[in-house]
Amino acid sequence: MRHDMYMAGFGGQGVLLAGTLLSHAAMIEDRNVSFMPSYGVEKRGGAAMCTVVISDGDVGSPVIGNPSVGVLLNQTAFDKYCPRIRSGGICIVNASLVDISTCPRKDIEFVSIPMNAIAMDLGDSRMVNMVAVGAYAARTGAVSLAALAEALKDTLPERNHKYIPDNVKALEAGAEQIRRN
Amino acid sequence: MAKRLLVRGNEAICRGAIEAGCRFYFGYPITPQNDIPEYMSREMPKLNGVFIQAESEIASVNMVMGAAATGARAMTSSSSPGISLKMEAISYMAGMELPCLIVNISRSGPGLGGIDASQGDYFQAVKGGGHGGYHIIVLAPASIQEMYDLAMLAFDLAEIYRTPVMILGDSVVGQMKEPLVPHPRPHRELPAKDWALRGKGDGEQRFIKSLYLGDGELEAHNWKLDAKYREMKARETRWEDFQTSDADLIVTGFGSAARIAKTAVMMAREEGLKVGLLRPVTLFPFPSAAFAERTARCKKVLDVELNTGQMVEDVRLSVARDAEVYFYGRPSGTGSLPTPEEILGQIKKYY
Amino acid sequence: MQQVFKRPTSLKDVQTHFCPGCHHGTIHRLVAEALDEFGLQKETIGIASIGCSVFLYYYFDIDVIETPHGRAPAVATGVKRARPDRFVFTYQGDGDLAAIGTAEIIHAANRGEHISVIFVNNTTYGMTGGQMAPTTLLGQKTSTSPYGRKPQVEGYPIRMAELLSGLDGVAFSARAAVNSPKNLMDAKKQIRKAFRYQVEGKGFSFVEVLAACPTNWGMNPIEANERVGREMCEFFKLGTFKNTAEL
Repeated sequence: MRHDMYMAGFGGQGVLLAGTLLSHAAMIEDRNVSFMPSYGVEKRGGAAMCTVVISDGDVGSPVIGNPSVGVLLNQTAFDKYCPRIRSGGICIVNASLVDISTCPRKDIEFVSIPMNAIAMDLGDSRMVNMVAVGAYAARTGAVSLAALAEALKDTLPERNHKYIPDNVKALEAGAEQIRRN
Repeated sequence: MAKRLLVRGNEAICRGAIEAGCRFYFGYPITPQNDIPEYMSREMPKLNGVFIQAESEIASVNMVMGAAATGARAMTSSSSPGISLKMEAISYMAGMELPCLIVNISRSGPGLGGIDASQGDYFQAVKGGGHGGYHIIVLAPASIQEMYDLAMLAFDLAEIYRTPVMILGDSVVGQMKEPLVPHPRPHRELPAKDWALRGKGDGEQRFIKSLYLGDGELEAHNWKLDAKYREMKARETRWEDFQTSDADLIVTGFGSAARIAKTAVMMAREEGLKVGLLRPVTLFPFPSAAFAERTARCKKVLDVELNTGQMVEDVRLSVARDAEVYFYGRPSGTGSLPTPEEILGQIKKYY
Repeated sequence: MQQVFKRPTSLKDVQTHFCPGCHHGTIHRLVAEALDEFGLQKETIGIASIGCSVFLYYYFDIDVIETPHGRAPAVATGVKRARPDRFVFTYQGDGDLAAIGTAEIIHAANRGEHISVIFVNNTTYGMTGGQMAPTTLLGQKTSTSPYGRKPQVEGYPIRMAELLSGLDGVAFSARAAVNSPKNLMDAKKQIRKAFRYQVEGKGFSFVEVLAACPTNWGMNPIEANERVGREMCEFFKLGTFKNTAEL
């Protein structure tokens, strides 16, 4: 199996950390992975974006034109990247910040999750990225939740390991949204 | 198996260089290779190595020259405009036959251009970017593992052939992260450094130079260098072959373009098209024989590059006489990185 | 019989290519004498530059690397950092050090590299045929300032020894000349001091030596020698500008 995805939002939403977490989780599952952060001009104006490709075989291109999944955390990211999602693909959006009502696309599946609200309920608005990754993993099966939880150790700096239980809760909260849908 | 590490390409080069015994890094900041000097500034002091952020690219490569002249494994890194500045010293070191590693995490040009992934420096790298008609070995990694492995290989090749070696990458292979399996440097027999400056002691004076003014001296020196280039061509060409044996069309490209093309090739295969990928890993020496061999049977080659057509000239010089070589280029800038889907379109156009 | 004068061991027994009246040969000898005095010949790596001094390795019996124009201090940095146990000196002319290599000398000095620099200032590009140098004096005619150097057009001659003495990384900076027996003896002392700085691990040392270039000045050796005292010493004052360890 080969999973490719875009994840985008603004700086501070932890998009690159989430992409790194996915990559570590894939490695724990003995898969191949490439993580490509957007770089340079695209980074200006506070935007953050990364491409993650997870594969049992050859990863191939780290650059994807039309990903099968987009995880889009704010309106700017949605407006820019939703049109690129492959026909038949999935768009996981942060409903707390994104209005999808004007989007004309009928050929992709929308999964709307109020990520900010969920993160706030968990007591930390910075957990939006974890909610998003949890939802992505649950919806696509690209990696398991268990691998994600374990990968937090590789992803977070030692000094932040005390927050791992909170992050795991946020991952699970994201996944729970998928199970409920 | 050693635990896989998730590592950025620029960091992988540093790890490979350090594993290869490089303890001397001299550089100057320029995007998109800053992870390299930053990593080295952090790690070299722990290894009793030397890190200097020089006053310029020019000074940094000349510091490499000095350290290399003593037989030490030394390196510098930069990006396109900075590499242009280093070219003077690279020409000198080619003439002096000094081994070292130069990393070009290239960006788009000409001039200040932009910082996006680009392969606009192919000619500069492989045709002797400085003056005087020389070549250096040029390696083009396409994965994080290769960034690491080729950094190690680079130092060995540099010493075997007494030449600067360049790793030519871009921000795709420099910035992306992939699993890396660290491993000890493979053992290779290396020649004694009987040329290295050490203070003459009780021995004969040694000197390292590139000036030859005596009758016939310089011509002899150039023929000697040429013999070395021919030896490299005979022994050191490296490439990746992906499903070319039954291919009706071979896609080629190097570095990041080849990575993108590989997915396009896989997509084509899924659609039942017999397409393969031939990816030069050594850009100099160019794997001409690999092209000649395959195009004896497969008559269509599609070359994909992030420029307006550079390696394609070497491809055309290498293929069988009756093979067609098509070119697809995206001279890069913001938003100009081609996608696998786009290359698949090109494959279908020429298939 | 006691031998009172002989060729320094660090110099080879060969004839130089220098023109009659050129001071390079004399300065080579002073450098070689200093190497001999400190017993450095066997542990020295010399850094040659571009200009008339490029052939350092033909005259000195020491290990030498010949460097790109102006880059000697950067190459010396690489050599010294890789071999801190070796004695490293550069030998550079005024075009090399004060024009194309300005950045390299300033920053090697400012980093306080443990190297010694011999800077030969003859107010012209000797090797290339007498063009204007950064140290060319006002009014001086050269092949590229045929009407005489004018400050409005070509700016002013640059005083490197003074300039470098202002940098915190510089331990020793001096200017000497070899146009008279007295100056020559002083020059020898200054070079010896500069080398002592490195030998004792006391930091970056710099000696500028004023030199004659009769060929490119269009003078005979005697006139050229006189010009050093008359015109050059007037503008480029001899002396010690920095001597942090008071050697």
